Amino acid sequence: MAQSPQATGGLASIPALLQRNASQFGSKAAYREKEYGIWQSWTWADTEQEIEALALGLLNLGVNEGDFVAIIGRNRPYFYWSMVAAQSVGAIPVPVYQDSAAEEMAYVMDHCGARFAVVEDQEQVDKIIEIQDALNQFEHMIYVDPRGLRKYDHHKLHEFSHVQNQGRAAYDEFIGDLKARREKLDYDSTCVMLYTSGTTGKPKGVVLSNRNIIEASKSSAEFDKLGMGEEVLAYLPMAWVGDFIFSIGQAYWTGFCVNCPESADTMMTDLREIGPTYYFAPPRVFETQLTNVMIRMEDAGRFKQWLFHKFMAHARKVGPAILDGKPVGGLDRLKYLLGKLFIFGPLKDTLGLGRVRVGYTAGEAIGPEIFDFYRSLGINLKQLYGQTEASVFITLQPDGEVRSDTVGVAAPGVELRIAESGEVFYRSPGTFEEYYKNPESTASTKDEEGWVATGDAGFFDDETGHLRIIDRAKDVGKMADGAMFAPKYVENKLKFYPNILEAVVFGNQRDECTAFINIDLNAVGNWAERNNIGYASYQELAGNPQVLGTIKSHVEEVNRSLADDPMLAHCQVHRFIVLHKELDADDGEMTRTRKVRRGVISDKFEDLLGALYDGSDEIFTTTEVTYEDGRKGSISATLKVVSAEVSMQQDQKVAAE
Amino acid sequence: MLDASEGYTTEDGRKIGGVVMEMKNITLRFGGVVAIQDISFDIRQGEIRAIIGPNGAGKSSMLNVISGFYHPQEGEVWYKGERRPAMKPYEVARQGIARTFQNIALFEGMSVLDNVMTGRIRQMKSGLFAQALWKGKAEREEVENRAFVERIIDFLEIQHIRKTPVGRLPYGLKKRVELARALAAEPSILLLDEPMAGMNVEEKEDMSRFVLDVNDEFGTTIALIEHDMGVVMDLSDRVVVMDYGKKIGDGTPDEVRGNQAVIDAYLGVAHD
Repeated sequence: MAQSPQATGGLASIPALLQRNASQFGSKAAYREKEYGIWQSWTWADTEQEIEALALGLLNLGVNEGDFVAIIGRNRPYFYWSMVAAQSVGAIPVPVYQDSAAEEMAYVMDHCGARFAVVEDQEQVDKIIEIQDALNQFEHMIYVDPRGLRKYDHHKLHEFSHVQNQGRAAYDEFIGDLKARREKLDYDSTCVMLYTSGTTGKPKGVVLSNRNIIEASKSSAEFDKLGMGEEVLAYLPMAWVGDFIFSIGQAYWTGFCVNCPESADTMMTDLREIGPTYYFAPPRVFETQLTNVMIRMEDAGRFKQWLFHKFMAHARKVGPAILDGKPVGGLDRLKYLLGKLFIFGPLKDTLGLGRVRVGYTAGEAIGPEIFDFYRSLGINLKQLYGQTEASVFITLQPDGEVRSDTVGVAAPGVELRIAESGEVFYRSPGTFEEYYKNPESTASTKDEEGWVATGDAGFFDDETGHLRIIDRAKDVGKMADGAMFAPKYVENKLKFYPNILEAVVFGNQRDECTAFINIDLNAVGNWAERNNIGYASYQELAGNPQVLGTIKSHVEEVNRSLADDPMLAHCQVHRFIVLHKELDADDGEMTRTRKVRRGVISDKFEDLLGALYDGSDEIFTTTEVTYEDGRKGSISATLKVVSAEVSMQQDQKVAAE
Repeated sequence: MLDASEGYTTEDGRKIGGVVMEMKNITLRFGGVVAIQDISFDIRQGEIRAIIGPNGAGKSSMLNVISGFYHPQEGEVWYKGERRPAMKPYEVARQGIARTFQNIALFEGMSVLDNVMTGRIRQMKSGLFAQALWKGKAEREEVENRAFVERIIDFLEIQHIRKTPVGRLPYGLKKRVELARALAAEPSILLLDEPMAGMNVEEKEDMSRFVLDVNDEFGTTIALIEHDMGVVMDLSDRVVVMDYGKKIGDGTPDEVRGNQAVIDAYLGVAHD
């Protein structure tokens, strides 16, 4: 457990790694951001200067050691610099989800007692001004984009570049201080504090030390042989641990380049322009990309469609085997090579995945068809399992041992244990220090010996020895007859259909399972357009009888596949309702990382849940919604309760015949 | 004649300068129809000036008089301290007046970027031959102008549609592209003809923010026509109210709101 900084050559903090990178490969690109239509870049030497100027500016503003600095914005070099600058002066960066509503932000900033915040633009400044009065310790705010902020009171509001200029001007005065504070940082000092999204209750502040971050980055970089030549695209929320590990931990450890998109909407174009070599995306992104490819293929000419389907079928057959280095016949190889020339290569380029050497997905289960699609194209897509408390990595799939239903073997340095209850426990150098100001939760999650409860139920696969995750341990329940109820498992099966965006399955302590379903507006909308079905809103499309019919057939297919599994056959969905609104984080129905909050949903839609079990055919309901700007409104609708056919379990079927 | 030195400060602390444009006793007739009758008002440096009125009040005609597209039969237009003679529209553009249109007038088949670039034509001085060879001055000019246009694209947050043909864009975005093209001309006065027409609430809010930001960031004087009273009252510094070609009110939004003639024009009057 007690790794010493000697193992990393005396590099015991992110600012120390920055110094090393600036002196050893100063002329290599460290950051790029597309702005004004051009990729602007900063070398490691530039980066060091930018960060130093900002750190001096922070000292000038009176940032103390141990202060918390909130960082609120989309992925831009300025915010990565802010985090490292805060660390350099002994403060602790706390990235916050920039799309949080004001009260969520208020909770986090009050909990850590942030004195400073570095924010993106007017929108964020306004949000903080709104909550400022409730925050006793809060003092100064620094913003990056000055637009619209000219008229604001600038006593406690500073422009990013001005803070840097003041820092440069006060160089002689503060450089001694800065160096002294930087040198004090060691393996035990706090590197970052990240708030967990919290599917239940309030977010918790996870304190991660330099040891956690650097050890986790080092071993995972070695596991996948990441080098300084990698290119990554930083587009996932900065408040999420994964982005911190990829865009700061691993980037500073190996010295690779972090590319920031122009705006959230241009991410796909930017991906294509950069062509990352190391890429992470949640299953949802891969799913959307695949849906888009399929939709566009439907618009293609007959010959092209034929060519595409012909070669894709071949790729599905031999692609994954070729990727894993397994023996494949010469003729098949030749045919695959042709496919690569005509289809796979250009397709990968269009997707922006042409250069991906290592790709990961995690966070949710990925549909086997989706996973295989990317692997058959020759993209080395793998799965990992992790969480904030572990500095991401718990298990990883090694090259050549990739499967869609497991999450791989223990990451280097990680020990795994499965408790009798089925819950997965781990212990690693990346294991978090504590939950900030929450010793009870710390004690209930991490025991004396450093074992951490993941909250997930899982087992080791007999065949491969890889870990398989079934569900959140607390979500696994029992049905009225005592059989196991694993909602997530069923929901994932439903969500593998492109038409279904979200599903929430109920059945704990009940006789039968039922579900709420959200349609995917993109996929279903496209279908409606092709079939000349007019609709004015999400609600209208969701209530269309033909749409309900399609969803019903999906549910029945899932039921058939569940019937084959004796463990889960009773989890078949008997009735479902297609919801009139999309589940949304703004309404508290999902976390910011888009995980469903079951408790909130079953309380909020109590009437609908009742209708699923009392035999009614339809129900009228009114739901309060929150708009993006925080205003509230309500929508009402009459929803149909649809019954789906349930397949018999195999043995019963025999008996019935 | 013009007192250009005089100015005022708005409630939110913006400094409004002297008069840049003054309309004096303007009357505009189309045959026997009197579209505008004896209207006078001024536009000051850096202000947002709205022209409102019910349908057919003569607002668009007024905007066309300001732009120089219509030449009034009677009255004088004073611009930057000089009386403006009758001009051709391109001569008006050279004076630094840019506009957007009520019914969008973009090149549908061209990309957003190309559309916005057309706003820079006035700044491109290299000849046909140089443009064809694409060397030296022509290339330099293109780079400079593209850089300027990219700032506007960034400002109006339309990076994601930079290469998209305008014809494929939804209405709200087209309006924004039109604004971008007008801004590309670096106008000293920007005329907006119903910038919010046909938009939903969210698009209106976005557009309002852009109008305010343009005024704030570039100090552009803005004259706009708008139907949505809420938007007008929130955005503008001063409002001219027209009805049947006549001016029935002029002043700050609060003054105009309390004006009986305006209330009558909008809500109707009881006929005894």
